[in-house]
Amino acid sequence: MTKSELIDSLSQKLWMLPLKDVDMAVKTVLDEMSDALANEDRIEIRGFGSFSLHQRKSRIGRNPRTGEPVMLESKQIPHFKPGKELRDRINASKNEIIG
Amino acid sequence: MALTKASLAEKLFNEVGLNKREAKELVALFFDEIGNVLESGEAVRLSGFGNFELRDKRGRPGRNPKTGEDIPISPRRVVTFKPGQKLRSRVEENAGTE
Repeated sequence: MTKSELIDSLSQKLWMLPLKDVDMAVKTVLDEMSDALANEDRIEIRGFGSFSLHQRKSRIGRNPRTGEPVMLESKQIPHFKPGKELRDRINASKNEIIG
Repeated sequence: MALTKASLAEKLFNEVGLNKREAKELVALFFDEIGNVLESGEAVRLSGFGNFELRDKRGRPGRNPKTGEDIPISPRRVVTFKPGQKLRSRVEENAGTE
């Protein structure tokens, strides 16, 4: 499912809101989430999961084309940890399909 | 302070002009819907932010780290998040500069 499909699907459930409001709201939610992570804040959504930053150490990488060593600086990357409820739901859905 | 559903709803109330009930409902539905799609076995791709993908893990032998007892780990389906390029570069540029 893409962002625009998600907006359409939410819009059907929120029939009292104009599509353009749902569209703007979804984009605002995603912008807020990106801003939080860029500001080194965590995101905690009960039942869904949490987003935080993980530190990657600096390391010596290689240019895959030339094989030349390249110094890669340490950096932070966003990490998502699914909440227990989401984890269980997703895992249970697999069992249903197989069983 | 961590960003929560309540602070997201507050933002929609202040900036998009939804009333408080609508804002709260939209935020709840947003995460419910992503969860429902993942539960149905489909990935969710939010351009600019990132992709939620599903991976099927094979079962493997495991062990209780406390007791050392052997316990098989059953096959399972897990969700992983791959941050998009835009989010990754925003985090790399901003983080650690304070």
